[in-house]
Amino acid sequence: MTGIPKLCYFNGRGKMESIRWLLAAAGVEFQEEFLETREQFEKLLQDGALLFQQVPLVEIDGMKMVQTRAILSYLAAKYNLYGKDLKERALIDMYVEGTTDLMGLILMCPFLSSEEKEKQHTVIIQKATNRYFPVYEKVLKDHRQNFLVGNQFSWADVHLLEAILMVEEKNSSVLSEFPQLQAFKARISNIPTIKKFLEPGSQRKPVPDDKYVETVRRVLQMYF
Amino acid sequence: MSGKPKLYYFDGRGRMETIRWLLAAAGVEFEEQFCETREDLLKLRQDGHLLFQQVPMVEIDGMKMVQTRAILNYIAGKYNLYGKNLKERALIDMYVEATSDLNEIIMHHPLQPPENKAKHLASIIEKATMRYFPVYEKALKDHGQDFLVGNQFSRADVQLLETILMAEECKPDILSKFPVLQVFKARISNIPTIKKFLQPGSQRKLPLDAALIPKVISIFNIGNE
Repeated sequence: MTGIPKLCYFNGRGKMESIRWLLAAAGVEFQEEFLETREQFEKLLQDGALLFQQVPLVEIDGMKMVQTRAILSYLAAKYNLYGKDLKERALIDMYVEGTTDLMGLILMCPFLSSEEKEKQHTVIIQKATNRYFPVYEKVLKDHRQNFLVGNQFSWADVHLLEAILMVEEKNSSVLSEFPQLQAFKARISNIPTIKKFLEPGSQRKPVPDDKYVETVRRVLQMYF
Repeated sequence: MSGKPKLYYFDGRGRMETIRWLLAAAGVEFEEQFCETREDLLKLRQDGHLLFQQVPMVEIDGMKMVQTRAILNYIAGKYNLYGKNLKERALIDMYVEATSDLNEIIMHHPLQPPENKAKHLASIIEKATMRYFPVYEKALKDHGQDFLVGNQFSRADVQLLETILMAEECKPDILSKFPVLQVFKARISNIPTIKKFLQPGSQRKLPLDAALIPKVISIFNIGNE
């Protein structure tokens, strides 16, 4: 037992990716166990390792944590990325829920038919540019600080950067009307821990491909 | 300005109900403003009151809070319903994320097309009795305490009770195999603030009337946004 957090998930982004981002941003080393087969998953279930029979699972500080948001909130608080007080926390929570909703639209894309994918891409770009990005653009413009909340690096900044990069993978010019976000993206990408995570060879996972989709379906026996 | 929190939603459960439960459990009085028509929602948007153009929205402590989880986290933190330390909070979060998952499925049941309804109901019952309730039954049985986490009343207890009652509306004997949860349900229901909320005339909302479904779909433009 090494004492470093251990992540159990598929070898791909999915719901675990935001957790990888946050650990990396906090400069925390972590191990990963990748689910490749149904048998592995059934063993986890039989061993009672998955509280609600689902992954992500993160073993950390003697706990087998499940539920993505529970894990993220724990990490944010533990590594001082959750603001200085209840009100800052409230703001961070609001912002992160927004980026979660946006990334949620992207999360399901690999599992859609090509026709549905095209429709979904339109929805993603439309929501990003009309509903979500304007909010963060205004926040940064109004307070003129480097970070979204409380003049201090937080989970909200990490999550927004992740969301921006994911949307840009769908449409590389999506930030063209958002100068504050462009500057934000450059600035946060340059934070040493984040910069390291963005380099090839890090534990950041690539855009999901057919192999990833096939693995998820096989392991979870979910043919949707 | 009354200083009381003010809730903006439609006159029904939806995503605001858990917030009503938590405020009520904490003994906090609140006001409500209901969106009766799509125009009411559009006006809130136009006036810039909705950060992501969505409700729920709760005005509290000078903030216009949106995003259900953010609101619940704030209320729980403010009224000491979030455990004593980070690890208790982690456990509470795991428990309430799961009750939220189950609530989400139940919430969508009235919106299922008729040909899907029976299958959807079966799925709710299966998830409740095979995936979720066994966890809470075991947690309570193992530590033998009155509350789910840290021997202290928390949002986890409130949210579990809410979910149990909603599941019972789907199948009245759904707790038949869960004796510890039956006792838990009785115990938490008897907490004075909760007992009051469970009485007729409180701000607790009724299950969605089938006749109201078209109105809800129209207010939220469900399926199109």
